[in-house]
Amino acid sequence: MTSSPTIPPKIRIRDLCKSFGAKTVLDDVSLDIPAGTSFVIIGSSGSGKSVLLRCLLGLMTPDSGLIEFDGENILNVSAKRQKDVQHRIGMLFQNAALFDSLPVWENVTFGLLARKLIPYRQARAHACTLLAQVGLDSAVADLYPAELSGGMQKRVGLARAIATKPDILFFDEPTTGLDPLTGAVIDDLIVDCVKKNGSTALAITHDMASAQRIGDEAAMLYQGRLIWQGPAASLMESGNAYVDQFTHGRSQGPIPIEGCHSQA
Amino acid sequence: MINSVTNLITNLGRATLALIHETGAIALFAFVGFSHIVRPPFYPRIFLSSFLETGFFSLPVVALTALFSGGVIALQSYTGFSQYHAQSAIAGIVTLTVTRELGPVLAGLMVTGRVGASIAAQIGTMRVTDQIDALSTLSTNPMKYLVAPRLLAAIIALPLLVIIADILGVAGGFMVAVFKLGFSPTAYITATLNSLTQKDVTIGLVKAAVFGFLIALMGCYQGYTSKNGAEGVGSATTAAVVTASILLLTLDYLITDLFFSY
Ligand SMILES: Nc1ncnc2c1ncn2[C@@H]1O[C@H](COP(=O)(O)OP(=O)(O)OP(=O)(O)O)[C@@H](O)[C@H]1O
Ligand SMILES: [Mg+2]
Repeated sequence: MTSSPTIPPKIRIRDLCKSFGAKTVLDDVSLDIPAGTSFVIIGSSGSGKSVLLRCLLGLMTPDSGLIEFDGENILNVSAKRQKDVQHRIGMLFQNAALFDSLPVWENVTFGLLARKLIPYRQARAHACTLLAQVGLDSAVADLYPAELSGGMQKRVGLARAIATKPDILFFDEPTTGLDPLTGAVIDDLIVDCVKKNGSTALAITHDMASAQRIGDEAAMLYQGRLIWQGPAASLMESGNAYVDQFTHGRSQGPIPIEGCHSQA
Repeated sequence: MINSVTNLITNLGRATLALIHETGAIALFAFVGFSHIVRPPFYPRIFLSSFLETGFFSLPVVALTALFSGGVIALQSYTGFSQYHAQSAIAGIVTLTVTRELGPVLAGLMVTGRVGASIAAQIGTMRVTDQIDALSTLSTNPMKYLVAPRLLAAIIALPLLVIIADILGVAGGFMVAVFKLGFSPTAYITATLNSLTQKDVTIGLVKAAVFGFLIALMGCYQGYTSKNGAEGVGSATTAAVVTASILLLTLDYLITDLFFSY
């Protein structure tokens, strides 16, 4: 791919389809994410955002389509190569998904220890450095996830995602369930981490304020299709009827709302 | 009328297909989980903690059930055999039933209720809160990290538990025979030693290892495949206990039939 005259985008998605039984969840999704950008995908509940991320993470196999990282198709590579690809990705799950049988410091250094990038003896100290990066005190290191607030769990999840310095970061609804202030802090941390590591980020969110803080570029997923793409700054005045209805939370518009009779 | 008959047949067919599909899925899961036991990386800490959970912390409940079951066998066979040569017969019956059947089956069922259920709940919770997916994204194979150590721990722990269950079951029979029925202790012990065979004990232990594998397998499988949040974890736990108990008793019969029918 180095012979190619133009640099391929960090992530290239082409005609991605995924159905569960008769239900089409992703319908011909195509997307380019250039290296170093933060890309935000918005869309209502059940529009297939998490499924898209799962396909990118290799946790789900799409029915058809193409996913390339740095020009390399990751859908038909050897299992070993697939592992290398996974090593390059950091993921913050929708509900943080911390391991509740392990203390915070082992959660944070889990990926490093699994790949033997640091010795076990240094892991706790290293975890404290990582925790400091997300604004947590080292006293938190010995607590268990169940003893943390939702916001703290998100921070620990973020520390765990960036621990191995991955060049691709995925965030699934990083601010959902948090108060606006904590949400803003998490957004700042995300922007900070992404910029500091020079990573490429893809975030999913329902939260318009968050989308505009995190994102350079944005797109909207509606019923499994990407119906709009543009700069994140223009989200609130996109000129697209669907996006406008969604971002302004209107009950009137082209998107039918359950339990509400809309006139398009 | 014809409609309801076709419906019945359709449903039966669908259920059969689902059963076959499920059996295949479990067999594949067992194969993959088992193959990870022998391939590195290994997770000794997880093995150790599930070994303690399965073996050590099941001791009290297994010990008590074995003790009382041994005692009850002595008591029951006394009522049945008292006219004949009660003394030697009772010792023999207790030893035989305990080493061949009661030791492995009772220990197996107790561990199913305790450990099989908790494995399903643990892994099921990890599944519905995305922790299993998180493992994959952190360069860790969940089958290797979660399933293999638990399978191995149960395969080793169950035979050890059964050795203890055997000893306590026989001791329970001894206590009832000596303290309640007034038999001579030396004669009872001699009769016990005479009826104790290596084959009975060994096959009891083989059963135990198979049961251990089954219990951990069903716990892991049901947990791993659970969905629909907390409710799904609840049904996974129930399914783990029910399927493991049924399979355990079925295999108990098959192994007995294989080794003791001459
Ligand atoms: N494993 C699965 N099996 C069957 N259906 C699934 C599965 N995973 C997701 N779906 C379906 O796919 C659709 C999209 O799910 P997805 O989780 O991507 O939604 P989402 O956009 O992330 O929503 P939210 O914002 O609520 O998280 C849903 O209707 C869901 O029922
Ligand atoms: Mg989602």
